[in-house]
Amino acid sequence: MSATDNTILIDEVPVPFKPGQTILDAALEGGVYIPHLCAHPEFAPHGSCKLCNVIVNGRNASACTMKAAAGQEVEVDTPDLHAYRRTLVQMLFVEGNHFCPGCEKSGNCQLQALAYDSEMMTPHFVEFYPHRPVDASHPDVLIDFNRCIQCELCVRASRDVDGKSVFALAGRGMASHIIINSPSGKLGDTNFSVADKAAHVCPVGAILIKRIGYAVPIGERRYDLEPISEEATRCAVEEVK
Amino acid sequence: MNATAETAALPKVRIATTSLAGCFGCHMSFLDIDERILELMKIAELDRSPLTDIKHCGPCDIALIEGGCCNAENVHVLRELRANAKILVAVGACAINGGLPAMRNRLDVGDILNEVYRDPDGVQSHVPNDPELPLLFDKVYPVNEVVRVDYFIPGCPPSGDTLWKYLNDLILGRMPRLDHALLHYD
Repeated sequence: MSATDNTILIDEVPVPFKPGQTILDAALEGGVYIPHLCAHPEFAPHGSCKLCNVIVNGRNASACTMKAAAGQEVEVDTPDLHAYRRTLVQMLFVEGNHFCPGCEKSGNCQLQALAYDSEMMTPHFVEFYPHRPVDASHPDVLIDFNRCIQCELCVRASRDVDGKSVFALAGRGMASHIIINSPSGKLGDTNFSVADKAAHVCPVGAILIKRIGYAVPIGERRYDLEPISEEATRCAVEEVK
Repeated sequence: MNATAETAALPKVRIATTSLAGCFGCHMSFLDIDERILELMKIAELDRSPLTDIKHCGPCDIALIEGGCCNAENVHVLRELRANAKILVAVGACAINGGLPAMRNRLDVGDILNEVYRDPDGVQSHVPNDPELPLLFDKVYPVNEVVRVDYFIPGCPPSGDTLWKYLNDLILGRMPRLDHALLHYD
């Protein structure tokens, strides 16, 4: 079957798209999972984590930023791309301090879920063990920078939805880090609120709501119950209906 | 892992285990295979292990390493097992990325010792320095940063079922794989 005007081929399966839709959105709506981390359906794509890397007509591209177009043949589920995504996840793990057994987010963490999805058995690379202090100054929200992966979802949510611009990314290269928009640099000195969108978009255990950490026990959490590949496509398909 | 007449006739698989900078949780989880350990012992035997109390390792097929390396003794033990084992497996979060002990890695080891052993009032307190005590490292190191590791079984600890599946695959010569239900880091 060849691709028609509003169809792309993903791993040789025809998937319909709406004009203007990205490959990632079209795939998820069509029930095809493409791993992704910094992409979020409610925000403009950022294209930084590169986990949604696919091959479009023979060339690598980020599915979250590339618009779907008729005639595209997209490769997603190949051993090479799996290995590539696993390497990216491994690098994210060693760059921060990701100790899953001691993390409140374990089981609800997208980084962890994507590591499961790519069958990561070890972070492989030499650990950085960076020194990143925790900011517990806010009464309702804790920021543990040890687990930040700089996806900028909190930056986008605070700026584009909350209208507060509490967060920004500063520095370059290895020195990149999230900063907080207050004279002291502490979250407690901003007008950040637990009701903000930015308090609820962190895919990892960096921004945590206080006092609810273990309301749902370990082992009964989102990605404990089903793999992220099934959860993400089920949610996307349900939303379209 | 059914011990058929065919496998029973083969030489037994020798398995060594050790706990380095770990909490013995992975060994407890190994015992969580429950009565299946009888099946395992039909085709395998334990070499150096806390379960046998054998102090030094001979040539063996599989070495299961729990915990990372936090002191010089850990490295001696790890190297002994690596030198003797055909297959070395890092078991659990601490062996794989240092785990909870590695959360001290951002702190100065001297500051930690002072904080732990020195009284605030300075009365009758000193950092233990007996020559019998193994040298403490500046950091806790994952085992793959010290020796070559063949396989990794994540989890804190990996469940008895996870260890059972992985050991079955290894012993029976299959490509070891864990599906979603058995692969957890927590």
